[in-house]
Amino acid sequence: MTSPTPVRTPMLTAALALAHREIVRFLRDRSRVTGSLLQPVIFWLLFTGALHGSFKPGGQDYGSYFFVGTLAMIALFTAIFSTITVIEDRKEGFLQGVLVAPVPRAAIALGKILGGTTLGFSLGVLFLLLAPLAGVPLTIGSALLGLAVLYLVALSVTGMGFALAWVMDSTAGYHGIMMLVLMPMLLLSGAFFPMEDAHPLMAWVRWCDPMTYGVGALRHALQEGPVVGIPSFSVCLLGTAIFAVCTFSLSTWVVTRRSARDAV
Amino acid sequence: MTTPAAVTARGLSFAYGERQALRNIDFSVAEGSAHGFLGPNGSGKSTLFKILSTIVPPQQGNVSMFGIDLAQDPAAVRRRIGVVFQSPAVDKKLTVLENLRYAGRLYGMPRAELDRRSSELLEHADLKDRSNDRTGELSGGLRRRVEICKALLHRPALVLLDEASTGLDPAARRDMWSLLKKQTGITVLFTTHLMDEAAEADRLTLLDGGAIVAAGTPGELMRMVGGQVLEIEAQNPLALAADIRAQLGVDPKVVETMLRCDGPRVHELVSKLIDRFGDRILRVSLAHPSLADVFLHLTGKRFVVAPPEEPKKKRRRKE
Repeated sequence: MTSPTPVRTPMLTAALALAHREIVRFLRDRSRVTGSLLQPVIFWLLFTGALHGSFKPGGQDYGSYFFVGTLAMIALFTAIFSTITVIEDRKEGFLQGVLVAPVPRAAIALGKILGGTTLGFSLGVLFLLLAPLAGVPLTIGSALLGLAVLYLVALSVTGMGFALAWVMDSTAGYHGIMMLVLMPMLLLSGAFFPMEDAHPLMAWVRWCDPMTYGVGALRHALQEGPVVGIPSFSVCLLGTAIFAVCTFSLSTWVVTRRSARDAV
Repeated sequence: MTTPAAVTARGLSFAYGERQALRNIDFSVAEGSAHGFLGPNGSGKSTLFKILSTIVPPQQGNVSMFGIDLAQDPAAVRRRIGVVFQSPAVDKKLTVLENLRYAGRLYGMPRAELDRRSSELLEHADLKDRSNDRTGELSGGLRRRVEICKALLHRPALVLLDEASTGLDPAARRDMWSLLKKQTGITVLFTTHLMDEAAEADRLTLLDGGAIVAAGTPGELMRMVGGQVLEIEAQNPLALAADIRAQLGVDPKVVETMLRCDGPRVHELVSKLIDRFGDRILRVSLAHPSLADVFLHLTGKRFVVAPPEEPKKKRRRKE
């Protein structure tokens, strides 16, 4: 039987179907929705409540300092929890059905990354609505710029999460990587505390942390007053864009390698 | 056979490192037929299935499906096949209809056609009133029917089923096959270790140790054994076999604690065995040969099926 449709389903059609599924699955998981909405708020309240009297990074109120960091944390944590589903999809068997469909393999990466990015971005938008309460004044211009940067940051970290999850065999292993690599990336990035007065070695290491540029770009876009101790907005934006391109390319590369492992 | 071949495999071999999973397999499957691969665990069925479903490329040999070379153009093959895996491939968090919709979108089906086809298949599968239920809430048998609907959605010319009825009760298995048989003109290729399911096949290929042991219709295969099968259970089967050989001139095969004879006139041996060795025999049975007997006749091994293995994590290998 010959089919009138093209041999391969267009990449975007397949990717959008997979991204849509990610969002539907997220919304159906009540505990995941609750956790994703409340965790950043609780973190922000706890850290700000504890430190606002004693810690004023660069003379700035800690609440507004950490507000921007929390946005980066939302992007990273959402990326982690949305890409960990790659491992679940493999274990639960859903992935094998996708692998035998006539879709370009890169569509699997694109679908997951688009889904995860959309979730991270949307949660970030909701959190950004709380900015005035946190003492972060927003203008339409700064909010739009912040959202654009947030999307790029979410894209870059979701790409990284996908590439890691694809090569992992277990969710426990992925959690290990999360604690070993992803959390230090967040801590080094300046999301929680400034790094310019850190130990010289650590100050150097942070320049190798791609999240430094993402958090920096978010600060440039959203923070009131001068942003000190981090490169210019264009450098931060370029660093984040390069990171996004690299993680996206890495994801499509890992997913297009066919190996005997796919049979498992 | 004049029917054109849906699948032709020549010289197919596959190894996991040192372990040879398939050895120089040749077969062809006629269009519109149901072709079964029967074999115990480790016989190579699953590896064969992975190759045919395009999950892993063949290492040696070639497979042609509807004239398309599987290694050259897997995407074109994928459009023509529907695959039902041993482990479920439905998303349990989604409803029956949503599972079909996402699958249809992966096959690039236009929405109107997708809705029409989903409705038609759910009707065939008697799942219409469950279409808005989450698949995680369905029984194993119903979930399997959803999988089959999903595999049939894009009107594939060939459906591949890997041990698809494992874990299903006989009624659910019958439902599954009746759903498949409602699809006219479709070719079905399935692997199984269940004898009664193997009997659904128009043609069967028996696999053992990655090689083909025999192929034919189930009837042809059973005729290979010839006549009937006589099984004798004894306390000391080796000694009894030697005495039977010496006194009755027949050569029984010793299989574990049993002696087996097959052939057109084995029923005549029953009374002689009882007369001469009655005190040494625990049980004698005479039956028409089953596919398990065919396997035993050809390989000298019992058709033993271990419980399904948990997939092992292999070391990652590059091709």
